[in-house]
Amino acid sequence: MVAVKLWGSLRAFADGQEVVQVEARNFRELLDRLGETWPGLKPQIARGVSVAVDGLVYREAWFTPIKPDSEVVLMPYMQGG
Amino acid sequence: MALDNQPKREFKVVGTRPPRPDGVDKVTGRAQYGADVSAPGMLVAKILRSPHAHAEILSIDTSAAEALPGVKAVVTWRDFGPVGDTIIDIGEDSSPLADIRDNCLARGKVLYDGHAVAAVAAVSAEVAKAALKLIKVEYRVLPYVTDVDAAMKPGAPVVLSGRVEETVQRGMSENVTHYCEFGHGDLESGFEAADVVVERSFTTAATHQGYIEPHACLASMTADGKADLWCCTQGQYNVRSVCAEILGMEASQLRVTASEIGGGFGGKTSIFIEPVALALSRKAGRPVKLVMTRDEVFKATGPTVSTSMDVKIGMTKDGRITAASSHLRYSGGAFPNATVDMGAQAAFAAYDLKAVRTFGWNALTNRPKESAYRAPGAPQAIYAVESVIDELCQKLNLDPLEVRLKNAAKKGTRSSYGPTFDDIGLIATLEAAKAHPHLKAPLGPNQGRGISAGFWFNFGGNTCVTLNINTDGTVSVTEGNPDIGGSRASIGMMAAEELGVPFEKVRTIVADTASLGHNDITDGSRVTFAVGLATIKAARDAIQKMCRRAAAIWGIDEEAVEWVDGAARPSGPNAGQFPPLTLAEIAAVSFQTGGPIAGHHEFNADGAGVSFGVHIADVEVDPDTGATKVLRYTVFQDAGKAVHPDYVEGQMQGGAVQGIGWALNEEYIYGADGRLQNAGFLDYRIPVASDLPMIDAVILEIPNPGHPYGVRGVGETGIVPPLAALSNAVSRAAGVRLNRLPMSPPRVLEAILSKG
Repeated sequence: MVAVKLWGSLRAFADGQEVVQVEARNFRELLDRLGETWPGLKPQIARGVSVAVDGLVYREAWFTPIKPDSEVVLMPYMQGG
Repeated sequence: MALDNQPKREFKVVGTRPPRPDGVDKVTGRAQYGADVSAPGMLVAKILRSPHAHAEILSIDTSAAEALPGVKAVVTWRDFGPVGDTIIDIGEDSSPLADIRDNCLARGKVLYDGHAVAAVAAVSAEVAKAALKLIKVEYRVLPYVTDVDAAMKPGAPVVLSGRVEETVQRGMSENVTHYCEFGHGDLESGFEAADVVVERSFTTAATHQGYIEPHACLASMTADGKADLWCCTQGQYNVRSVCAEILGMEASQLRVTASEIGGGFGGKTSIFIEPVALALSRKAGRPVKLVMTRDEVFKATGPTVSTSMDVKIGMTKDGRITAASSHLRYSGGAFPNATVDMGAQAAFAAYDLKAVRTFGWNALTNRPKESAYRAPGAPQAIYAVESVIDELCQKLNLDPLEVRLKNAAKKGTRSSYGPTFDDIGLIATLEAAKAHPHLKAPLGPNQGRGISAGFWFNFGGNTCVTLNINTDGTVSVTEGNPDIGGSRASIGMMAAEELGVPFEKVRTIVADTASLGHNDITDGSRVTFAVGLATIKAARDAIQKMCRRAAAIWGIDEEAVEWVDGAARPSGPNAGQFPPLTLAEIAAVSFQTGGPIAGHHEFNADGAGVSFGVHIADVEVDPDTGATKVLRYTVFQDAGKAVHPDYVEGQMQGGAVQGIGWALNEEYIYGADGRLQNAGFLDYRIPVASDLPMIDAVILEIPNPGHPYGVRGVGETGIVPPLAALSNAVSRAAGVRLNRLPMSPPRVLEAILSKG
């Protein structure tokens, strides 16, 4: 299981939890499980999210491995100017 | 690829300051910018724009324009097809393709003064202009709203219906499309633990990127549906994706070539005129050039968000922040966006806080759709935060730099936006500022000093590089990102470093979309980091191949060959058995040893590493006029590793100068009619050389563990701290706190007079 921190405005769609547990080995599985378990998160996932794994921010990289003890934070889709 | 295991690597090329490879072309006028390209039989295009802030389009009659001699094509929204629900990643957020399309040519409603309605291609600009006057558009004028706070009130005129995300609280205006919240800890207990709590409200104006070159393109579509497009853009691949979808083409049939770019700063990540030019060319059967006027650039291309913000911070007498919160209300114009996400995440990122919370809303207004502008969303939020911290320092008689040091985020800090920081350079940057003579220099009457810290995320992204070893021993690097900050130099330098050849032996080419795999836009301070990393890997790929060729020539195992100082050398038991074979010697016989040699690498880069900066500004305020003069300015920023220090300093200086403009003068001013009042550089005032002192730049080099040379992005952080640094300096010089940007002379004078 991986502990995933959600940003505040998403917590309403995960029973108010700040941290949710999902079974996932990589970025894609993480998003799939989050959407399956909490369908209310699907619109945000569809609009785009990044995932911070142990402090590094990843976008789109489905096969980025996630270890069970990794710090995982769901973040908005990150871009710049 | 982590930082190479070389604690103090001695670089030979990286870190030096060779002349820029595109310098001669640019100073002699040979460089091809957007409007410099032409084609035989080319037509000239002009766009008809809305005179209303908000209106329903009842009808468009183009018949008279089409009948005018010399007019070859007229297009409206009807010439763009359906695009479904596709969301596309351009610039600072992911936008529905339909919004991009409807911003290029209005469909059903015009949403702001200057919104494009129709376009004409004719044999000359004069004929095209005359044709625009013959297009009859019947409007039903609607109520409008251009202020973010007004747009958020229930009952405000609705800019676009049905765009509210599921996160937005009920009961708000339908213009509020996006809500976000970040942070951790117990705010209530944190504020109770404070000795002083300051809560203030702030506003900032929309500002334009102010690039010198207006948007320009040349489109040419043939009868069999193949098209070429030359344009000034920060991302030719995204231009291709968007245009192909809007025109109903396959991407392979559209080749996009990025011209030289006369400034972008995020404002050329967007697409406004390219699909229009393609549609005109398709209809006319001839090449079509479309160049925006400066008036059009201001009215219809991306300024930043305008904002309204509340910040509350609690502090103990000894300068420890106990709790911090912010409420950020951003408007990015007439189409939905989520820039407030980045502002809300960045707001308190420089600090190690037990209790922190940011709340953000994006609202629609009848203004042009925003475009990215260096660190989108962050400068505004950090301006408000750093202003309150400065006021707390004044109230508690504390040194503002020591307070920032006391609260600074460091390795192991849980950031205000969630992740825990790895190695970061904020404390080193603050220490460098503390030790700098600027901080100790005396100030005179009516003078003030302001400091501010700043933060930006930095990104990597999709990148593809090919590196060819030419038979004469030179090297060609082909990459897919327009050079807007010196990337030809930095990429070439990293290739030269890795291969062990002189920089002058390397030429870096920006490819068109048919010549290389996809590359993300030049944004997010990503290019020197991500393209550089791909170049290093492509060079290592070529080195491996060259070692293999050398091994074959010597008749030894390729594992027994190493690459040292630009040459293959036998190693291990074969060391010294054969003289080294240089890159040039291997290249010269490449046809005989297996064919041409190239290295290649493509990936979705990660590990960009966050970035911090600290700025110190000294100003003098004229108490009689409210005018502010910037006396001295110093930037401290962590570059990870400065590949070409001149360019890094240039980025730091440029960000500071643009931030000075935001702080003191620049703003979109709307009249009572909802129309933009200052669409030109005479009335929209960016800083010029005579407004500025030398911007001193101090580069710190705390290696980014995510890059083999330690490189971080440097392009965006420089614009984050200036707003607060200037505001803090002006507030101290004027003796009264200013909470509204820009701090133009009338506003400063009003504040001085109001204190009595």
